Amino acid sequence: MTAAMASSPVPALGKDLVGLESLSQEQILMILDTAEPFKEISERRIKKVPVLRGKTIVNLFFEASTRTRISFEFAEKRLSADTVNISAAGSSVSKGETLVDTARNLEAMRIDMVVMRHGSSGAAKFLADRIPSNVINAGDGRHEHPTQGLLDLLTIRDHCDRVQDLKVCLVGDILHSRVARSNIYGLLKLGAEVAVCAPKTLLPSAIGDLGVKVFKRIEEAIEWGDVLNVLRLQLERMEEGYVPSLREYNRIWGVTARKLEFAPQDLLILHPGPMNRGVEIDSDVADGPHSVILNQVTNGVAVRMAVLYLLSGGQPGSAEAAKKEAGA
Amino acid sequence: MSAKVLLKSGRVVDPSQGLDEILDLLLVDGIVASIGKEISGPEDADVIDCSGLIVSPGLIDVHVHLREPGEEHKETIATGVQAAVAGGYTAVCAMPNTDPPIDDPAAVGFIVAEGRKAQAARVYPVGCISVQRAGENLAPIGEMVDAGAVAITDDGNPVMNSGLMRLALEYAQAFGIPVADHPEDLGLSAGRHMNESIVSTRLGLAGKPNAAEEVHIVRDLLLAELTGGQIHLQHISTEFGVDAIRQAKARGVRVTAEASPHHLVLTEEAVEGYRTEAKMNPPLRTAKDVAAVRAGLADGSLDVIATDHAPHHYDEKESAFEDAPNGLVGLETAVGIIMTDIVSEGVIDIVTMIDRMSCGPARAFGLSGGTLSEGALGDVTVIDPNLSWTVDPNAFRSKSRNTPFTGRELKGAPHRTIVGGRTVWTR
Repeated sequence: MTAAMASSPVPALGKDLVGLESLSQEQILMILDTAEPFKEISERRIKKVPVLRGKTIVNLFFEASTRTRISFEFAEKRLSADTVNISAAGSSVSKGETLVDTARNLEAMRIDMVVMRHGSSGAAKFLADRIPSNVINAGDGRHEHPTQGLLDLLTIRDHCDRVQDLKVCLVGDILHSRVARSNIYGLLKLGAEVAVCAPKTLLPSAIGDLGVKVFKRIEEAIEWGDVLNVLRLQLERMEEGYVPSLREYNRIWGVTARKLEFAPQDLLILHPGPMNRGVEIDSDVADGPHSVILNQVTNGVAVRMAVLYLLSGGQPGSAEAAKKEAGA
Repeated sequence: MSAKVLLKSGRVVDPSQGLDEILDLLLVDGIVASIGKEISGPEDADVIDCSGLIVSPGLIDVHVHLREPGEEHKETIATGVQAAVAGGYTAVCAMPNTDPPIDDPAAVGFIVAEGRKAQAARVYPVGCISVQRAGENLAPIGEMVDAGAVAITDDGNPVMNSGLMRLALEYAQAFGIPVADHPEDLGLSAGRHMNESIVSTRLGLAGKPNAAEEVHIVRDLLLAELTGGQIHLQHISTEFGVDAIRQAKARGVRVTAEASPHHLVLTEEAVEGYRTEAKMNPPLRTAKDVAAVRAGLADGSLDVIATDHAPHHYDEKESAFEDAPNGLVGLETAVGIIMTDIVSEGVIDIVTMIDRMSCGPARAFGLSGGTLSEGALGDVTVIDPNLSWTVDPNAFRSKSRNTPFTGRELKGAPHRTIVGGRTVWTR
């Protein structure tokens, strides 16, 4: 009994991964630690293990996505799951069919997991509350994008060997960003100091109450931080009047080589993609020595494999064994 | 043929006459014939024992959405007035944001006719301020009043054009009706779904700041002061809004205002978990605002409790939060909620409750009723202050079930509803 308690001190993730807000530090670390052994699978010549053989997973994308959808699909396929992709455009699951009907139809097809992206905040919880399958939130409105938050944490930990006590600043459109919320919750739970930097029009009014610092100008954020996570400025935000022009945004809040001139060499720069080069980030920064943007993409697959594995009932300590057995 | 009803030994609470004592009430031919101790009724009177019960002038809700014409899947006039009488209401004012909107005398006539046909609560139509509720040109207000409209409003929408609001407040004075406004500056609130706060920040929902409501309240108060017109401000939800109304009343501005049961008892935390039944406009706010709305109700800054009864079909609320419509049904829960959470907690006493639910509404909209004085309409609500019950939406008479109060245990409920001397509902 003592042994059992020692071997699984962390409560399981539960049925779904809707966000990082409801996870404990231990649960987040468990996912990151589980991702480590899965990294290697993607480096093999034959990138496939039978961990999820016989499982059916639906990737349900109500909003366009390239990186996240493909990353999930690779993670699923490398674990041998059977996958179906549904995108809003060109399917019955577009305007017209309600989310609740979609949920019921999926339930009727006896699937095991749903990975969903949806434009409305709370949509992932809505689905999770209504079907017995596992639901993984791949982004809901401006609420959370937990696997992005996790892969950002993993990338930071890879490069800095820790997250605790690091100073991490999120730069850009915090107001509309699900990535920002998942990062804030995850980073705070792992003991980082977190700041945000954006024009006030792109900050939620109560952002300070989440326990983050607010910088008005990017220069202050660069001077303060160990890590900058630069968020995409969606072009429609300019049309909606949140910022006067993209040129001004780049000059004042953009992360440019000139602004990084005096930054420490080990300053880490992340970007969840897709990038607007020349708007929130300049090419010479995105492609420069501070950038770990492509490492994020690589880590994304491993983190998603870990989440799929854990939600399907896999034991955190057995990931390596499961993998080896697979390789045999 | 004469119909006589004698309500024996009830606790008659009638703030319009300063009454709160055990009395008998005799209704003859649909009007109050006499009120007093130990009335020996005519032999052919229908005698109803009201001992242990409260006898009140009929409750009036000046803010309900009956959805007809156009959205009969949510509610009809017939089902709406059944819900009203089951909630103890003898009269309701029907908002004009139907499809088509109630913006001409024929449409007003339709509401009057359907209301009569339904044979339950009285239905008073409220006409639009502007043609098609488009906020551009005044609707034929005089003709609508002739057809039976008791007030005007573009409710659902605020009147965003201050010039039009000025004209409405001036023009309506000829007819002695109030101009009711849904105070909301759309520039600050459009495309937003709940109160702006830490909760909206966490949930990733775009928030409406208190200022969106307050800017508009202050504008309406200034225009009422400018024109001498009578403004009725709907569903006040913020502390500053209550204060602004209190100060305006002290200056002599002709303003009346509503508190909704939900803004008196719920905070924005009810939205947690993306619960669409707690999505409403104005949104549920903070505990500080709730305390201020309660204080405003108690001191009379807010004259009226109005439910903003807003039925929606179940599958319209069964959606992601941002996609769900605003509103909740309120007619059948108001008395229980107010008695349990407001009266029992000592915010107001039962006399004030009846003032805010009967006399105040009648005064604000210039309606008959709101009194049991001799010769008044025989509209009476009998309330059982001791009945314990549980909110069960499946038992609602309304067509819709959208309430955040499901499962609430309440004490105090309507017992009998009498309209024009005729019992139209009894428990």
